[in-house]
Amino acid sequence: MQRLLQLPASAVNMVKTAQGQEEAKSPVLTPDGSQATWYSAVRPDELRHLRAGGEVEDAGASAEEGANTGGQAQPLRHDDLKEMLDSNKDSLKLEAMKRIVAMMARGKNASDLFPAVVKNVACKNIEVKKLVYVYLVRYAEEQQDLALLSISTFQRGLKDPNQLIRASALRVLSSIRVTIIIPIMMLAIKDAASDMSPYVRKTAAHAIPKLYSLDPEQKEPLIEVIEKLLADKTTLVAGSVVMAFEGVCPERIDLIHKNYRKLCNLLIDVEEWGQVVIINMLTRYARTQFLNPNANEVLLEEGEEKEFYGSDEEEGKEEKVEKKKPYVMDPDHRLLLRNTKPLLQSRNAAVVMAVAQLYFHLAPKAEVGVTAKALVRLLRSHSEVQFVVLQNVATMSIKRKGMFETYLKSFYIRSTDPTQIKVLKLEVLTNLATETSISIILREFQTYIKSMDKDFVAATIQAIGRCATNIGEVRDTCLNGLVQLLSNRDELVVAESVVVIKKLLQMQPEQHSDIIKHMAKLIENIQVPMARASILWLIGEYCEHVPKIAPDVLRKMAKSFTSEEDIVKLQILNLAAKLYLTNSKQTKLLTQYVLNLAKYDQNYDIRDRARFIRQLIVPTDKGGALSKYAKKLFLALKPAPILESPFKDRDHFQLGSLSHLLNVKAGGYQELPDWPETAPDPSVRNVEVMDKRKEKKKVEKPFYSDSEDESRLTESADSDSNTGSGSESSSATEESDSGSKSEDSGGESESEQQEKPNRKNGLELLKLFWHSRVLFVCILPCSAQTISPTFSSLKTYELLHRLTGEGLAVGYCFGRQPFVRDPHMVTVQIQFTNHMDTEARNLRVREPRLQSGMRIKEFPEIEVLPPGETVTTVMGIDFCDSTQAANFQLCTHTRKFCVSIQPPVGELMAPVFMLENEFKKEQGQLMGMNEIKETLVLGEACQSDYAIVQRVTAAANVGQVPCGSDQEFAGKTMTSNSLVLVTVITKRDRTAQLTVNCEKMVIGTMLVKDILHALSQ
Amino acid sequence: MIHSLFLVNSSGDIFLEKHWKSVVSRSVCDYFFEAQERASEPENVPPVIPTPHHYLISVLRHRIYFVAVIQSEVPPLFVIEFLHRVVDTFQDYFGVCTEAAIKDNVVVVYELLEEMLDNGFPLATESNILKELIKPPTILRTVVNTITGSTNVGEQLPTGQLSVVPWRRTGVKYTNNEAYFDVVEEIDAIIDKSGSTITAEIQGVIDACVKLSGMPDLTLSFMNPRLLDDVSFHPCVRFKRWEAERILSFIPPDGNFRLLSYHVSSQNLVAIPVYVKHNITFREGSSQGRFELTLGPKQTMGKAVESVLVSSQLPRGVLNVNLNPSQGTYTFDPVTKLLSWDVGKINPQKLPSLKGSMSLQAGASKPDENPTINIQFKIQQMAISGLKVNRLDMYGEKYKPFKGIKYMTKAGKFQVRT
Repeated sequence: MQRLLQLPASAVNMVKTAQGQEEAKSPVLTPDGSQATWYSAVRPDELRHLRAGGEVEDAGASAEEGANTGGQAQPLRHDDLKEMLDSNKDSLKLEAMKRIVAMMARGKNASDLFPAVVKNVACKNIEVKKLVYVYLVRYAEEQQDLALLSISTFQRGLKDPNQLIRASALRVLSSIRVTIIIPIMMLAIKDAASDMSPYVRKTAAHAIPKLYSLDPEQKEPLIEVIEKLLADKTTLVAGSVVMAFEGVCPERIDLIHKNYRKLCNLLIDVEEWGQVVIINMLTRYARTQFLNPNANEVLLEEGEEKEFYGSDEEEGKEEKVEKKKPYVMDPDHRLLLRNTKPLLQSRNAAVVMAVAQLYFHLAPKAEVGVTAKALVRLLRSHSEVQFVVLQNVATMSIKRKGMFETYLKSFYIRSTDPTQIKVLKLEVLTNLATETSISIILREFQTYIKSMDKDFVAATIQAIGRCATNIGEVRDTCLNGLVQLLSNRDELVVAESVVVIKKLLQMQPEQHSDIIKHMAKLIENIQVPMARASILWLIGEYCEHVPKIAPDVLRKMAKSFTSEEDIVKLQILNLAAKLYLTNSKQTKLLTQYVLNLAKYDQNYDIRDRARFIRQLIVPTDKGGALSKYAKKLFLALKPAPILESPFKDRDHFQLGSLSHLLNVKAGGYQELPDWPETAPDPSVRNVEVMDKRKEKKKVEKPFYSDSEDESRLTESADSDSNTGSGSESSSATEESDSGSKSEDSGGESESEQQEKPNRKNGLELLKLFWHSRVLFVCILPCSAQTISPTFSSLKTYELLHRLTGEGLAVGYCFGRQPFVRDPHMVTVQIQFTNHMDTEARNLRVREPRLQSGMRIKEFPEIEVLPPGETVTTVMGIDFCDSTQAANFQLCTHTRKFCVSIQPPVGELMAPVFMLENEFKKEQGQLMGMNEIKETLVLGEACQSDYAIVQRVTAAANVGQVPCGSDQEFAGKTMTSNSLVLVTVITKRDRTAQLTVNCEKMVIGTMLVKDILHALSQ
Repeated sequence: MIHSLFLVNSSGDIFLEKHWKSVVSRSVCDYFFEAQERASEPENVPPVIPTPHHYLISVLRHRIYFVAVIQSEVPPLFVIEFLHRVVDTFQDYFGVCTEAAIKDNVVVVYELLEEMLDNGFPLATESNILKELIKPPTILRTVVNTITGSTNVGEQLPTGQLSVVPWRRTGVKYTNNEAYFDVVEEIDAIIDKSGSTITAEIQGVIDACVKLSGMPDLTLSFMNPRLLDDVSFHPCVRFKRWEAERILSFIPPDGNFRLLSYHVSSQNLVAIPVYVKHNITFREGSSQGRFELTLGPKQTMGKAVESVLVSSQLPRGVLNVNLNPSQGTYTFDPVTKLLSWDVGKINPQKLPSLKGSMSLQAGASKPDENPTINIQFKIQQMAISGLKVNRLDMYGEKYKPFKGIKYMTKAGKFQVRT
């Protein structure tokens, strides 16, 4: 704060020195008039405020309340800020904004400055602008009308050519909670969702929940936007759009189907926060779409686990019939498990937890264990992280005891742990205790009992009690240990022990009458009500075992009855009643006495109980019908309590969620659905690869020309490689993860193909991208004309006119894919159409007459071509890098025709992948004679970069150099592999410079001519 | 997700608030203060507190509570992890994360928070990106800014967010290219009364300080990578490469970062570098107790054990102590009953000891709890697990960087029960 005020403080000094003199004499102030006016405008009393401001802040929050009201009471101060905001010096504006932000941070109300601040929304200074945004977002809700003034600025920003400005405009626009602009926001979001830049699309995804919270009416159109963004293939968008999906329409699970595999494959490259959201969502998704991998076990362990899995009645009946058939995991289910596993290595605890819960809820029992190591690792993190993780481990350890057994020692408690952590660790240790480990656990517990933290000691005693009930073998040991604790000096410890012993004794009271006697003696000393009550209950319950002591205890208690706590009084009444029934001779009078005391007690519960007992046990003339059953009522055998973990059955909440932590359903919690009985149709997740390629091509083309968008380029390459590997891996999934350990230690062979593309260096990426593009080119020819106008050069040339051919028409075009059997050959597609009424037979090539060096690979003979039919075939010709025609005879069963194929020069080459620096290097080697330069005037239709790329690639089979600064294309000739480099530099006035570098000067010259022609059309 | 954030100092004042959605009144913190009052120790405040309309999730760092207000279901670790990231960022920016530092830089703090969350969802948390967006304040820059009125907001809009390596700034240039790696291992151990080890584990981290120009691609390999049992990586590390070859291959972020944290597999026996002989006794009926403590090195592979600090929470009944250290100084706080002894370096020839008597409350019975002894120490130039870096190679850039690797072993949670 003080630093913030340094400017005014220095100003103060300047003004101080200047006060006596003429301001013009100050060297600092002379150059700028406006600054001087401000300084002179600061009156001494305002300066006092400035300085006072600093002191107030230092005084801390105690003074804040006063300052808060003082803020309004000091219009002077705000006037001063307003004046600064109105000045035309950025530094003053900035200073004012900084002070306003500081006010906001301290929770002071700065809303009356709104008009002054909002004026600066279009300020050129970035920091001022940012701070104005911060202010706007905070106060726009309160000043809706004035906030509208700023909207036009953002709308302008949305059209800015810079993607970051578009994004930040959308971000602020959507953060302003002003209902009147909802339609504008909606439009902006829709536009941004189809923006070229993934960053802007990400911002659009963020804006969706904002708009939804402002106006839930907009749900439907927003879902459309979400659907569109879900189809996005960039890692940047994925996390944000799933977040929006969870916020707006988590029930629309159908939107996920088509994107499921893509999300699984992108997951590893999404930023960490997005990963958490996606994993949680996919957990829910998988629960609705796949079968329970542990279904067979459920059947086996039905007795134990039925409460959880079998909670729905309808499940029970169908189960038995169905589960007979062996379970086969859906490949998509496996894909999810496999792709999330590496994330256990994330540095982000939330990601690790998300994966752990996914495995817990979705993985086969044998595989859940892989998450244990990572969870134990989180225990070394901050105590808050430990707290949450331990809560989840506690729940997991009940269901899957085995997975943490090897990490038992990691849960040992240190004296420096906070109490809440200690208690949770105890919980886990107790859950993990088995016959084998109990002895070391109990030894550990013994040291804990000596701790100074009494709450923790009490929790330990309870834990011992639970171990004793769960594991029969150690019950006596535990009991003995607890009895020893009865002589502890700390009353809390003793009391807690009594309560636990009471529970334990209930299981086998016969053998322990001496313990009961011992405890009866304790009642003299123990003051803790719960413990007293427990002892009294024990004596009453087992009064037959201690027939001598019991009446004496009752006598003592009768004496102190009036001063006891309520729960103790109730137990005294119980004891009296039980003794009366078993030993009425000795205790009749005592019981009467106690009942009388209770009759006049202040607590109505006790009065009621006394009345009830009296009626029940004391025979009256009316002859209570129940009194003969009194013995049965009071001395019935009570079932021993089951000491259960408070974490039992908490796993019906999704682990890692807030609801699980609190054990209460939190607002907005999405229930984890039960596994379906039969798997829904898995084909809904199929994505047709061919369609995707087509779409992709269409989307991708425009951005070749867009130099702004480097990242998009690489990212689309990612997604492409991912879809490739995804479809492959999903088909061959089963073999993978079964042995989790082996994967950790040894390298997995298939892992290679899933190499995180994002982390590869740029070169590899671009190569990858290149391959994907070559792929499209390969696929193209079959339906080239229909798919895309881009490769308009695939025009068909005529080989044989139908008239000349007597009804047989033959056309050809250059396919541009590499000829399979010989890399030096140009692929020529030949299309025969039979216009005759009879069929043509034996179509073949004969007697090729070729220039020296030229070679031809004929198409396989076509035996029959029925009338009216068309057939396409492929032949390869090595033109020897010349445009000389290849002549040959085309024969049918009746006729021969002499035909010739003459290639345009552009078809004599194949595209080459090259980076810009390589391109420049190669170009440098092909200077002088090998370089041809031409200036041209661009045609009407090819003003844009995009059009130029289209024209050039149509005229010649070359590939664009990715991310080049100019339009650069590279190719190599088919036969001699000489490089052909084409550069188009566009100038302002519709002119452009075309440069072709090629070793083969003839080709170069001809190519220049062709491209010139193409571009100037 | 995260609605608002309140920063609360140790005396319970809210000194900063920031809202990402509609404003939540600061009175919501009353629930937090209630919980704080109930908790005996500051660290016992539950991290998640439900209130009628909101949930409060808080972390405690540097004696400041960072209280996030959320309204609906969100994984609690998500919020906790984010809050810790905020603290780390502040620390990175201001050197320390104290109330004074935050108040001094309130505008930068606000700008940072604005960039880190959008509508409550994390946006940019990578320190390299943030530093491009908002330049960290330095003394020089503050002076320059004051004079020229220029800003600490980056003029250039960052491109890092859009690149394939979002964790690295672009256009990094250094005249001296250097890369330093610190291998720091911590021993967590519990030693019982008789001196035998109950549990001992080694956790290690590799912290890096990389100042290399351009886009270097580094690989780091170990002599004995099998030692590493469980690892977690900075996002820059290529996971598959590690899986296949046990090599760390990465394009580093610029500046300081934690490359790797690991756990040494528990099969290996952990060497315990110090031993403690202790004799702490209270006699029944007497108001005096004996206190004797001797430290000695063992299994240190000839390296000196330095910066040794012993602390122990004595029983509540102890009024005062009268001890005599053979070296170093000791302090005893009669209120918190915390005894701490700053030993310094252990000289194997003359073992440090602390002997004397404790005075107890007259008439009180002998305390039955035994104090635990916590020990801190450092051993330079050694990684106790035996982990060794084999080599570090750089690809992608032409210059020759200066490389340095340092090893250190520290005590983590090292406790001796008595």
